[in-house]
Amino acid sequence: MTTPFDAAMLLGLSGSALIGIGLFVIITHPRVLRKIVGFNLLGAGIFLVFGVAAKRGAMAGLAGDPVPQALVITGIVVAFAATALAIALLKRLFELTGSSDLAPLPPDASSRRT
Amino acid sequence: MLPQAAAAAYIATSDGLLLVLSLMLPVAALLASLLTGARATKFLTFTASAAALALSVIIAVRIAQTGEAIVYVLGAWQPPLGLALRADGTAAVLLVITSVIMCATGLYAHWQFDLPSGTGDSRVSTVFRILMMAVWSALNAVFIGQDLFNLYVALELLTFGAVPLVCLDGRAETVAAALRYLMFALLGSLLYLLGAGLIYSTYGTLDLKILSGLADGRPALSVALAFMVAGLLAKSALFPLHLWLPPAHSGAPPAASAILSALVVKAPFFLILRLLFDLAPAISSRFAGQGLAALGALSILFCSIMAVRQERLKLMVAYSTVAQIGYLFLMFPLAVGTDVLPPWHTIAWTGGLLQLASHALAKAAMFLAAGVIADVFAHDRIRELRGFAHVLPVSAFAFGLGGLSLMGLPPSGGFTAKCLLLTAAIVEGYWWIAATISAGGVIAAGYVFRVISRAFSTPDLPLIPQRPVPRKLERIALALALAAVALGFLPLQPFTYLQVGRPSVSTWAAP
Repeated sequence: MTTPFDAAMLLGLSGSALIGIGLFVIITHPRVLRKIVGFNLLGAGIFLVFGVAAKRGAMAGLAGDPVPQALVITGIVVAFAATALAIALLKRLFELTGSSDLAPLPPDASSRRT
Repeated sequence: MLPQAAAAAYIATSDGLLLVLSLMLPVAALLASLLTGARATKFLTFTASAAALALSVIIAVRIAQTGEAIVYVLGAWQPPLGLALRADGTAAVLLVITSVIMCATGLYAHWQFDLPSGTGDSRVSTVFRILMMAVWSALNAVFIGQDLFNLYVALELLTFGAVPLVCLDGRAETVAAALRYLMFALLGSLLYLLGAGLIYSTYGTLDLKILSGLADGRPALSVALAFMVAGLLAKSALFPLHLWLPPAHSGAPPAASAILSALVVKAPFFLILRLLFDLAPAISSRFAGQGLAALGALSILFCSIMAVRQERLKLMVAYSTVAQIGYLFLMFPLAVGTDVLPPWHTIAWTGGLLQLASHALAKAAMFLAAGVIADVFAHDRIRELRGFAHVLPVSAFAFGLGGLSLMGLPPSGGFTAKCLLLTAAIVEGYWWIAATISAGGVIAAGYVFRVISRAFSTPDLPLIPQRPVPRKLERIALALALAAVALGFLPLQPFTYLQVGRPSVSTWAAP
């Protein structure tokens, strides 16, 4: 690393920021749709971290480490499938109950909401 | 950043194709089912189940005969560029348990769908069969995978198969339970993926064997493992991340509940086991082990008490799953081993894996028996089930035998497992773990006897079965419960089979 602030560093910081925002949204927002968006933000941040791994690998003398890029493509496919499944379940829940929110757990399950 | 991998290369064994088959068979049946109709699906899943059961037994026997792990290197490309599959003794035990429970629940589901009271909807039974194959293949992939990213994909496949199983009957409560399960599972897999990314950027490989050679005390490794273990905890429903489990496991159809409770939650546990014992630096492993055991102890105490308080039979069984998973996590500080004793030679290692196996069999038996009870009386409110043993003696007996394992009473696999863990806790000086194991057994006795004492009492008004008693289904539950009891006749000592394919005493580098 020649300069203290290069592209990989910027990418890493953006990835970390996205991971933080995603986790915050998932944990604090009660609405399921928001949580699903949060999962996508978290996923995007993680893929950027993989991008940093590819870039850093390139600095070790390789033209560019292709393995993390292959992993990211697979990861995007899996994340897409997960989002589709979540949306399908949420849509079904809305059709059945008229609400797109998870009811709080019964009091005997726990006092916490998800 | 390619690691110096030459020394750690895998040597493929001649029977490695067995591992590929164990992954491919369920997937092939699944894909063929998607293209054909309900009748063909029934035939395909039956054939694939029988073949996969035989295959897992062959794998286990081969490992016992050769005394070595079975290894397959995909396309002969050595890691880190290629991928390896590897089954050692511990993985083989899990493969066999998985296929036994899958075959039993598959048969139960087959007969149950044919009942007059069954769904009668060929769509539900077809979807169940397809999802069962998906879960089976994903479980096998978790047990024999060697690459952290491969394992991530296997975990996600497991989630995608397990979540729809929860809401198979399509009621609003079960859809909500499935969605809640998916939220926890997705958070878990993304945290795991983040950890895998950090490991790749530090070591340049994701292969477990190469990593265990490279792993040093770098803080990046501990941070990555912390993310991965936290994610896996959400998937294996350890307290306080267990909130999704009781509604999900109690709302699913009985055969699906049995698969979810007996097998699906065990896969992330198995991964934590491998991460902590194969990768983690000794100090972090010790520290994390204490924390995991503390959470396990809280799981046991809190969820056993919750189980006692439940009004409904299936919810009670589901809460007891969380409690029994807690016992698995007690093995982390107990099985660390010493300078001269690798972890897999300790009695706690055997005790933990025996707890896994006996809980899988006992819990599947209890969910299947509870399914028969709920079907025959059209409800599962424990209070109103007085005297059900007079109508369903076999189910009551199966439920009680399964309960023996949960309580840890002899003769049962649960007794042997808890006895080994308790001995290890006393020898290692963990008094709080020993106290938790004893207290957990007493509370488990509380919730099991609460059902059993009602079952054999004489009701004021005799219970009237709403539907004919499905004897065949009762027998499957009984067979699984008897298998859990049979595990109790194993000797109280470390099993050498679980050590196959792991470093022996002579090659064990002290932590």
